[in-house]
Amino acid sequence: MTQSTLTHLQRLEAEAIHIMREVVAQADNPVMLYSVGKDSACMLHVAKKAFYPSPPPFPLLHVDTTWKFKAMYAMREAAARKAGMQLIVHQNPDALRQGINPFDHGGLHTDMWKTEGLKQALDLHGFDAAFGGARRDEEKSRAKERIFSFRTASHRWDPKNQRPELWRTYNAHKAKGESMRVFPLSNWTELDIWQYIHLENIDIVPLYYAAKRPTVERDGMLLMVDDDRFPLCDGEEPVMRSVRFRTLGCYPLTGAVESEATTLPQIIQEMLLTTTSERQGRAIDHDQAASMEKKKQEGYF
Amino acid sequence: MSDIYKTDALIAEDIDKYLEIHQHKTMLRFITCGSVDDGKSTLIGRLLYDSKMIFEDQLATLESDSKRVGTQGEGIDFALLVDGLAAEREQGITIDVAYRFFATDKRKFIVADTPGHEQYTRNMVTGASTADLAVILIDARKGVLTQTRRHSYLAHLIGIRNIVLAVNKMDLIGYDRAKYDAIVADYRAFAESIGISEFTAIPISGLAGDNITTRSDNTPWHDGPVLLEHLETVELNQSVEQDKPFRMAVQWVNRPNLDFRGFSGTIATGSVAVGDSVRVLPSGKTSTISRIVTMDGDLAQAVAGQAITLCLADEIDCSRGQLITAAKSPVEVADQFEATVIWMDEVDLTPGRTYWMKLGPQTVSATISQPKYQVNVNTMEQLAAKTLDLNAIGVANVTVDRDIPFAPYTDSRDLGGFILIDKMTNRTVGAGLIHFSLRRAQNIHRQATDISREHHASLKNQAPMVLWMTGLSGSGKSTIANLVEKKLARMNRHTFLLDGDNVRHGLNKDLGFTDTDRVENIRRVGEVARLMTDAGLIVITAFISPFRSEREMVRGVMQPGEFIEVFIDTPLEEAEKRDVKGLYAKARAGELKNFTGIDSPYEPPEAPQIRIDTTQMSADAAADLIIAKLLP
Repeated sequence: MTQSTLTHLQRLEAEAIHIMREVVAQADNPVMLYSVGKDSACMLHVAKKAFYPSPPPFPLLHVDTTWKFKAMYAMREAAARKAGMQLIVHQNPDALRQGINPFDHGGLHTDMWKTEGLKQALDLHGFDAAFGGARRDEEKSRAKERIFSFRTASHRWDPKNQRPELWRTYNAHKAKGESMRVFPLSNWTELDIWQYIHLENIDIVPLYYAAKRPTVERDGMLLMVDDDRFPLCDGEEPVMRSVRFRTLGCYPLTGAVESEATTLPQIIQEMLLTTTSERQGRAIDHDQAASMEKKKQEGYF
Repeated sequence: MSDIYKTDALIAEDIDKYLEIHQHKTMLRFITCGSVDDGKSTLIGRLLYDSKMIFEDQLATLESDSKRVGTQGEGIDFALLVDGLAAEREQGITIDVAYRFFATDKRKFIVADTPGHEQYTRNMVTGASTADLAVILIDARKGVLTQTRRHSYLAHLIGIRNIVLAVNKMDLIGYDRAKYDAIVADYRAFAESIGISEFTAIPISGLAGDNITTRSDNTPWHDGPVLLEHLETVELNQSVEQDKPFRMAVQWVNRPNLDFRGFSGTIATGSVAVGDSVRVLPSGKTSTISRIVTMDGDLAQAVAGQAITLCLADEIDCSRGQLITAAKSPVEVADQFEATVIWMDEVDLTPGRTYWMKLGPQTVSATISQPKYQVNVNTMEQLAAKTLDLNAIGVANVTVDRDIPFAPYTDSRDLGGFILIDKMTNRTVGAGLIHFSLRRAQNIHRQATDISREHHASLKNQAPMVLWMTGLSGSGKSTIANLVEKKLARMNRHTFLLDGDNVRHGLNKDLGFTDTDRVENIRRVGEVARLMTDAGLIVITAFISPFRSEREMVRGVMQPGEFIEVFIDTPLEEAEKRDVKGLYAKARAGELKNFTGIDSPYEPPEAPQIRIDTTQMSADAAADLIIAKLLP
């Protein structure tokens, strides 16, 4: 029989499929974290392939902060419907009551909406395995996180006490109350993600493509004024700029880049010629080099 | 030389062409072995840097970090790119396995960066388990060291076929060819002694960049490849795996409706085509491939590494963990093996204890014998060993609780490599590489006897069973067991009481109270109890039996439903207050070691059939309750 060498994308896809099937076969109540971003879009696409012709046998969970871009909310409903999957949306009721927002509450915003919100949702539904779209190339502490990443009953990650992970044999054993975070795209890079989206024609939020959008400049970041909750400073006027986003989160925390890229090849072209890394656009990492590791230990995805 | 510097122009000029080229890249996973001093992190940092995988903001962080905690003075410390976690950066060493990514036009690379010290052997084994290639780093000033031998042994053990000997820091020995040749000759002699027949030697400098991505003018005498060129062209494991017979373990049965039944898995070795005859193991049933299903459409054939869903022409039993193989070359099925075991947990291996063994998607109960020997990973000497501690590597027999299909590890990592999971802590405590099955299992057959266990039981007019009482010392097990037996005797039941203390005076008088001995104690009692149930008796046992895994082991040797776990639930404070035998006082005073509840754990049953709360009822009432539940 003739040899056929798999390409790197085929191998990454096969690995992710293998991982997802292992989780479904071993977990009692798995869920897929769906953030509506491009990594989530890829992960969802791979999930459809992994279980075809069955629909993916788990729901999607969106941990909402009420501060995502409007375009993301539109995408969210459509994606779940297309995949034939249940969509669970969770908003931390405490954060909702206290009106936690990125403008007035700084780090507390991420902590309450995302970290606490995620823990609440996992506890509420009793999920014992949660897929996440994180990649090891994003950030240093991710680089050594396992694909099956064990969490204590209080959702903590202990980077010093990770299970050895050999071959493609994953240990999903855990006690009641404990859970796993599983990262099927661990070995993908940003370029792999974009190439895969391109090759597979995956729908992504239009915000990834350049368009004229109302923006203001704050602390060296271009922020989009997505709705009228954005408090403008004295004399500050939103300016229409041709921008796109390399990563999507809460709109007041997500920096845009000026761009004319309106097609995927153009986006990839810009990405390859660019000189700043992806997370630069997210305010969360800037405090200190080890900030992500701390957040992850506390239960952040 | 590599093309990595030429791509920028193409990206700018013709992105579609660039994407087309990059769609056809292959992927190589490799591991770098060496200690911090050998410049390992610097080498990886250099590869990332040279292949432009570092962005400006990362470079800015790197520069500021280099000045703050770097070891290169004002220069860039490439190693800081790779040393991830905060605590590790403070200590100046990498502790875990970190994965790094870079790419050229030809390949995407995943580098497993693992620490070099002996106390991190498990991390190196972990990183090596998915690698196609190992880069063994040597400091040219030091030559072949103990750690070079250890790393090479481990890389070879875990099945890495491509070894690169990177003689680093050539700049510090003035690019001296004679010194380099001597190091390579020295290494060759060692490599051959452990079975490494081929390797590729390259003189490099991670710091100065010699022979990493471009051929160095400093080593005109080097006629072999430069490092990146070699990484770009070396043969992939995936290609080798494709030439072997077809094997795919079933991960998940895909059953969306009554009309579709597919078997999902990743092809371990070989290839499969529609119409191929296949055999499902361990059942041995045969069928034909009717479809190879993917979301992108059915395939005519699929190869090793692909994740697919197979449909068979016949309705045969096949579930998760079973193996679909080429009909004409199936693998062996056995329940006893010799294997290399690599221990990865702070708690030592307990020979005789049952662990979960996960071999691909198969999960079975396994016991590991006392090691035949342990390997000194520095000298490769075989040492006598009673157990294996953290990072120890030994050879032992493994017995599993049912027949499983497997292949020797050297034939297939997927079918011959397993992990061991502690049943209590759920930690991954070890890894194993199967050598071969043991003939012993095949040569001992059970002798059939004419008087069956049913006959024995019917003569006594009762259903045999084991009432297994477990609980702390002083919880009241023996008292309640004795009362139960007395009451059953009055009801004309044929019983026998096996008591912990009594058995230790005879059958088990050679055993102490270490974890290993406790496991063996319960194993023997379990076997005796099983023989007695074969004889038709109702067996009552009173043993602390502190470990869940051993109680489950006994349940496993009994006929289904004949093992009744009775938890004599007395809190430690209460048992200690009673202290009928004065043992708690002794244990607290340090005169008695390994005492359950004090310095040895007790794992309460999670779902006992009967639970007796001795703080709420008398021993007599407890005995009545037990009998009422048994003989309603």
